[in-house]
Amino acid sequence: MVLTTTPTAARRVPDREGARGRTAPVLLLTAGVVVLLSLASLAVGARSVPTSTVLEALTHYDPTSTDQLVVVTSRLPRTVLGLLVGAALGLAGCAMQGVTRNPLADPGILGVNGGAALAIVLGISVFGVTDAAGYVWFAFGGAAVASVLVYTVAALGREGATPVKLALAGAALTAFFGAITTALLLRDQQAFDQFRFWQVGSLNGRDLGVTAAVLPFLVVGGLLALVLGRGLNTLALGDDVARGLGARVGLIRVATALAVVLLCGAATAAAGPVGFVGLTIPHVARALVGTDYRRILPTSMLLGPVLLLTADVVGRVIARPGEVQVAIVTALLGAPVFVVLVRRHRLAGL
Amino acid sequence: MSETRPLVEGAPDARPHRLETQGLVLSYGDRPVVDDLSVTIPDGRITVIVGANGCGKSTLLRGMARLVRPVRGAVLLDGKSVHDTPSKEVARVLGLLPQAPVAPEGITVTDLVGRGRYPHQGWFRQWGAADDEAVAHALAATGTTELADRRIEDMSGGQRQRVWIAMALAQETDLLLLDEPTTYLDLSHQVDVLDLLTDLNRERGTTIVVVMHDLNLACRYADHMIAMAEGAVAAEGPPSEVVTPELVQRVFGLESLVVADPVSQTPTVVPIGRHHCAERV
Amino acid sequence: MTAYAPSAASRTSGIARVGVRSVRRVRRHARTRSTTVCLGLVVALVVVAGAGLVLGDFPLTLDQLVATLLGQGTTASSFIVLGLRLPRVLTGLLVGVCFGLSGTTFQNLLRNPLASPDIIGISYGASAGGVLAILLLGWTGMAVSGAALGGALVSAGLIYALAWRGGLSGYRFVLVGVGVSALMLAVVDYLMTRADVYEATAALVWLTGSLNGSSATQLEPLALACLVLVPLTLLSGRALLVLQLGDDVAASVGLRVEAARLVAIVLGVMLAAVATAAAGPVGFVAFVAGPIAKRLTRGSGPSLVPAALVGAVVVVLSDVAGQHLLPVELPVGVVTAAVGAPYLLWLLVRSNRAGVGG
Repeated sequence: MVLTTTPTAARRVPDREGARGRTAPVLLLTAGVVVLLSLASLAVGARSVPTSTVLEALTHYDPTSTDQLVVVTSRLPRTVLGLLVGAALGLAGCAMQGVTRNPLADPGILGVNGGAALAIVLGISVFGVTDAAGYVWFAFGGAAVASVLVYTVAALGREGATPVKLALAGAALTAFFGAITTALLLRDQQAFDQFRFWQVGSLNGRDLGVTAAVLPFLVVGGLLALVLGRGLNTLALGDDVARGLGARVGLIRVATALAVVLLCGAATAAAGPVGFVGLTIPHVARALVGTDYRRILPTSMLLGPVLLLTADVVGRVIARPGEVQVAIVTALLGAPVFVVLVRRHRLAGL
Repeated sequence: MSETRPLVEGAPDARPHRLETQGLVLSYGDRPVVDDLSVTIPDGRITVIVGANGCGKSTLLRGMARLVRPVRGAVLLDGKSVHDTPSKEVARVLGLLPQAPVAPEGITVTDLVGRGRYPHQGWFRQWGAADDEAVAHALAATGTTELADRRIEDMSGGQRQRVWIAMALAQETDLLLLDEPTTYLDLSHQVDVLDLLTDLNRERGTTIVVVMHDLNLACRYADHMIAMAEGAVAAEGPPSEVVTPELVQRVFGLESLVVADPVSQTPTVVPIGRHHCAERV
Repeated sequence: MTAYAPSAASRTSGIARVGVRSVRRVRRHARTRSTTVCLGLVVALVVVAGAGLVLGDFPLTLDQLVATLLGQGTTASSFIVLGLRLPRVLTGLLVGVCFGLSGTTFQNLLRNPLASPDIIGISYGASAGGVLAILLLGWTGMAVSGAALGGALVSAGLIYALAWRGGLSGYRFVLVGVGVSALMLAVVDYLMTRADVYEATAALVWLTGSLNGSSATQLEPLALACLVLVPLTLLSGRALLVLQLGDDVAASVGLRVEAARLVAIVLGVMLAAVATAAAGPVGFVAFVAGPIAKRLTRGSGPSLVPAALVGAVVVVLSDVAGQHLLPVELPVGVVTAAVGAPYLLWLLVRSNRAGVGG
């Protein structure tokens, strides 16, 4: 979660040749992979369900078949959630990197995770909330409040919310909320016992009700992010040049922050904190389709679920009959990829 | 690449020199930036290296100051390769002022200049009277004594550059290399800095090598000029012999007229562009 | 012998003497300021340490304390002061010194006030090692410290190896640190969700950074390590001064840049590892000690001794506050984060300069 700005990342002109032609096939291919992974997610688990049964369950649902029951009640919700959370984090990460012009920006820097965690702990210890559906509202509220605080603090002063100030404010508030959270947890062991499981992002135990609760925020945030493509392209040229071209820099920043909060807050509220998706997906997307944000955003939106669903499936497979939470697997998969990217100078601006 | 090398006074090896390169090849990645270059830097003179952007002049300077490891060839200081000599030993004889150096926040002039004393100090030789004197002399030479307790960031570009030169001076070296010391300065400050370097050379015999962009100032101040193009030497020698319209065309791709500077009688390059050309005689 | 030879006339001239006097005056002024700050910090440290020795369930008066320290106290006060409180205060002091030095070394080396060991992943490695020992191997006490030390060294080695590519760029080091710390964090997360709640709570306490359970036996290895590491770090200060000016300038004044950087990193890592082994990953100390020291001394160098002292004061003060001054007892790590974060925010709000932290 360290952030240092890279001025050189600002001077990037969207490349036209080749990338434009590549985008459509890449998107189609990725979409295809997503569909396959979704099927895998429905079929794989502690109990292997053959693909034909999966398709049956989706088309002619028969509640008396145990296999189909598992597919529809347990795996379908988590697959759907995985798709949405993956897409949301991919988009949010891309938008965050665009607005901060920083290849290290993770949507979590806005303090989303810290605020959500504190709110959850308060929910558990003060209000006695115990299930995912209850967590959602607290987490989202906490995330929203934290991000607003971070953005406000960072926006104080002459230059407004510059990338560096956002990073520092986010780090400070996350640490502060963390201290309070830890203090509360140390005094309430029962709350800790519940919280430590939420703390590690997972798709387990979240039914479609949870998904439905966050769906509106995800949709609004997603649409907002997708239309920011042009604005982010202009912002990539540097604040001064962007203003010279007539872009409303402040407005683009606020709109992006809003989109990120909606997407990331909702994703974290539903599944808990999941790292690395927002950080690495935009880089992979950029490597595939070039530097035009109008292309990177939709690509990230499709690549996010690829990583997340893969991590979820792997997590279910490697520790049968138990599972390893998705956040752990994304870190295990994402961190080496990230390090490889750093070593090859593939990160924009390095 | 250099099919004609203009005459130089005497054969290059006959003039006294301490610093030279032999068949030096320097590259960034796989791309050779300096290609099989052999030059000698005349002792006790001011040498200016000029050339277009990307010709390798900065790289050559950094190679000579052992900041870049050569792929092939050698840089010899007093006959020994600089890479085989202990770093501090080299630093007592050869100093480099790099391009656009960055000073830490809040540093004072005296503090910064004092850090140039590093090669003369050690575990058992911390700060002493000789260091105080060296710093004082460096400040005096650059006319920055009154600024001794001021902070660098509060100064103008010209003052700041003089302070950096003072730091290089405090190192008390016989050879001083400077990478584009005048590039971001006002004209008056550029002249200031170059006059200062000339003082150093005339009064103390310091050998000076400067990389410069401004061809005309280079002509005025150089005793010896090295013009580079594409990683090799295009011409070297006294400016009056080196700077001709043909050379300017070859090295800079510019059509020009070369006349005598009315103030210093050194060559001045007058560019010929597409506009503002009076009737040619 | 140099060609630079100021003429006999100028050497003895009044102008030159004035110059030397002026230089000496400026240097003396800076030294005086630094010394004053250090003295002030030592006084503060003594006061806070005294509070740590005097306050508690069995409060002592000042003369009782002095008597006990001189070996003339009652058995009860001797036990409490010499057996319990003194080791704790001393541990806190040394931990603060180590974190302070480590933080300011990294911040200077990487030329970035955001770069402290807690952020670049060394502390996460120590955390992973410690949690692994507690939850997987069932170790306690010294063994956990050893595991934390091992974890820190392994992760630091991993970061260095992965970030090294014909040389070390500070930027790459930080980035790889982000990746490695995420891996370590994943390990910690995994273990925390597999253990039973009692073990997990013990791990949580350790992870927060706490001086509970400090004893003389634990203090010994920490003190020995400090005896070696602290002087070495102070000696590396000269190289750090020169490295601050950039790799090119540093190389041209004769510093062997890669070697010096490696030594500084090793020392910084060892300091953080040793401190984490003793007290767990106490957050923010490494991060704030350097900037606070810099502001106090108005210096531009790494200000190693002031940073060490600031670190010591912060840790001991936080521990005393966490134990006695708050309505509930809290471990030192919670207090440092709760206080360090607003400080960081204040820094942020106050600063108007572009490029701070970047």
